[in-house]
Amino acid sequence: MNVTASVFFAAIVAVTLGITYWASKRNKSTSDHYVAGKGITGWQNGLAITGDFVSVGGFLGITGAIALQGFNGFYLSYGIPIAFLLVLLVVAEPMRNLGKYTVGDVITSRFGTGSVRAIAAVNTLLISIVYMISQFVGAGALIQLLLGINYNVAVLIIGVLASVYILAGGMLATTWIQIFKAVLLLSGTFLLLLLVLSRFDFNPVAVFDETAATLGDGAVIPSDYGGLIANLDVLSITIAVALGPVGLPHVLMRFLTVPDARTARSSVAVASVFMGLFFILLPILGYGAAIYVGQAEISAANPAGNLAAPQLSEALGGDLLLAFIAAVSFATLLAVMAGIVIAASGAFAHDLYTNVWRGGQATDREQLRAARVAAGAICVIGLLLALGAQGFNLAFLATLAFAMAASANLPAILLTIYWRRFNLTGAVSGMVAGLVSSVGLVLISPNLLGESAIFPFTNPALVSIPIGFLASYLGTVLSSENREGHTPYEEIYVRSNVGSGEA
Amino acid sequence: MQQSEYSGIAETAAFRELVRRKRAFLVPTVVFVLLFFIVLPILSIFTDVLDGKVIGAISWAYLYAFAQFFLAWVVTFIYWRKANRWDELARKAREEVSGGEENSA
Repeated sequence: MNVTASVFFAAIVAVTLGITYWASKRNKSTSDHYVAGKGITGWQNGLAITGDFVSVGGFLGITGAIALQGFNGFYLSYGIPIAFLLVLLVVAEPMRNLGKYTVGDVITSRFGTGSVRAIAAVNTLLISIVYMISQFVGAGALIQLLLGINYNVAVLIIGVLASVYILAGGMLATTWIQIFKAVLLLSGTFLLLLLVLSRFDFNPVAVFDETAATLGDGAVIPSDYGGLIANLDVLSITIAVALGPVGLPHVLMRFLTVPDARTARSSVAVASVFMGLFFILLPILGYGAAIYVGQAEISAANPAGNLAAPQLSEALGGDLLLAFIAAVSFATLLAVMAGIVIAASGAFAHDLYTNVWRGGQATDREQLRAARVAAGAICVIGLLLALGAQGFNLAFLATLAFAMAASANLPAILLTIYWRRFNLTGAVSGMVAGLVSSVGLVLISPNLLGESAIFPFTNPALVSIPIGFLASYLGTVLSSENREGHTPYEEIYVRSNVGSGEA
Repeated sequence: MQQSEYSGIAETAAFRELVRRKRAFLVPTVVFVLLFFIVLPILSIFTDVLDGKVIGAISWAYLYAFAQFFLAWVVTFIYWRKANRWDELARKAREEVSGGEENSA
C-alpha cells in the first residue's frame, strides 16, 4: 500500500465529511435538501458545475486516449465547450424558471399529469444509474490500483461515502464538495501542465513538435479509426458528448440551486471558462505522458490508458505528486457521485413518491424523509450493479449515459420549452422512444453481443437521438387530444422568458 | 401569478421586444454553432483535409478543435452581455402588469 497516497485519500475523506457536517446543520427543509434553498451564487454554481461534470472518465480517460491515440483521442473533448454553450443558450434559464427540484418538474409544468412525470423520473433514474455505475467502476479500479484495496471493498467505501453526503448534507454539501473538487482538479491539472511545459521553455507548440518527432505525424493529425463502421461509431460518440450534457439530469439540476435566471446564466459562463481551460489543455498532458512515460508503459498499466495522468505525475514529480493526482481523481469521483445520487434521489422521492404516489399531498417532513431514504436506496442499487459491472469499459458506460440523455430527455425538454404545438402524446412517445431505442440498441450492440451483434455501433446516439425527436414530432402531429389539463403554452412561454416573478 | 397575468405579460410591448431580440440572436447563433461543431468530426474522421500541419506540428484538425473552445467562450461572453441587458425588458414586462408592485408578486 502506498502510504503517501493513503494519507492524501484520508485527507479528502476528512474534508468532504467536514463539509457534510457543516451542511447538515443547514439542511432542514425539502428545498434545502434538493436545491440548497436556491441560495447558491453564480461563481459558486459555476465551479460546482465544473466539479459536477468533469468526471474521472474526462480527466484520466481523455488524457490516456490522447497519450495513446493522439488527435484521435481528443474527440471526447472538443464537443464539451459546445455542449455547455448550448446549455447556456437554450436550457439553463428556462430550466431555472420552470423547474422546482427536478427535470420532471419542467415537463410536468406544461402537461400536468402523473404519467409524464413518472416517465421523466424513470428516464432520470436510468440515465443516472448508468452514469453512476461508470463512476463506481472507475473508482473501484483506481482505489484498487493505488491503495491495493480490493475492488468490492473500494466500491463499498465510495457507496457509503456518497450516501452519507446526501443523507446528511443534501445539495449544500454536494455543492461545496463539488467546488472543493473543482479547485483541486484545476490546480492539479495546472501543476502537471506547468511541469510538462517547463521542459519545453513554456512553449506549447514545442510539445506538439516533440510528439510528432518521437511518435510520428500520426499522433498529431486525425486518422482513420478502422473502417466505416468504426468511423461512424466515433461520430456517434462525438455527437453524444456535444448533446448529452444538455439533457443530463445531474447537470440540469444545478440550475435549480440558484435564485434566478440571471445567476443561472452567470454560472454557466463561469463553468464554461474553467471547463474549457481544463479540456483544451488535456493534449499537453496526454502528449507529456506519451513522451515521458512512453506509450508501451501506459498501455501496459491499463489498455485504455486510464492511468496515463497518474503515471505522468510519478515520472515528473515522484511519489508525492502521484499521491496528489490520485487523490484529486478520488475527489473527482466522490463529487460526481454526489451530484448523480442527489439527482436520482430527486426523481425517485420528489417525482415518484411525493407527486405521483402521494399526489403532491406529503408534508415537508415526509418529503425530506423520502428524499433521504431514496438517496440511500439509489446508492445501494448503484453499488450492487457496480459489483457486477467490473468488466465493463468506463468510457462506454459514460458515453452511453450521454446518449440516453440526448435521446430520451433532450427532445422532451427542448420541445416543452420551445414548441407551441407540442402535446402530452408527443412528450410521452418522445421520452419512451428515446429511452427504449438508446437502451435497446446497446443491448443488441457489440458491447453485449460481441461478434454476433445486430446493431453495429457501440454508441447508439447517431440513431437514437433522431428517433427521440421524430417520435416526439409524430406523437404530437398524429394525436388529436384535447388540451384540457394542459398549462396553456402562453404561460410556459412567459414563465420561461421572464420567470415566475417569485424571487 | 394568475393566468390572466401571464396573458397580460405576453401582450406588453416590453415582452414582445424581449422575445424578438432573443429570437433574433438565438436562432442564427444556435444554427451556426451546431454547423460549426459538426463539420469538425465529419472532416477529421472521413477526409484528409485537416491533416496538414500549420503551426509547428499543430495540425488544422487541432486548430479547428481549439477554435470550438474559443467560439464557445466568445459566444458565451456576447450572450451573457446581451442577456444581462434583456433582463431590464423582462422586469419592465412584469411591472407593467403587476402595476409596479414587482416585489409583492
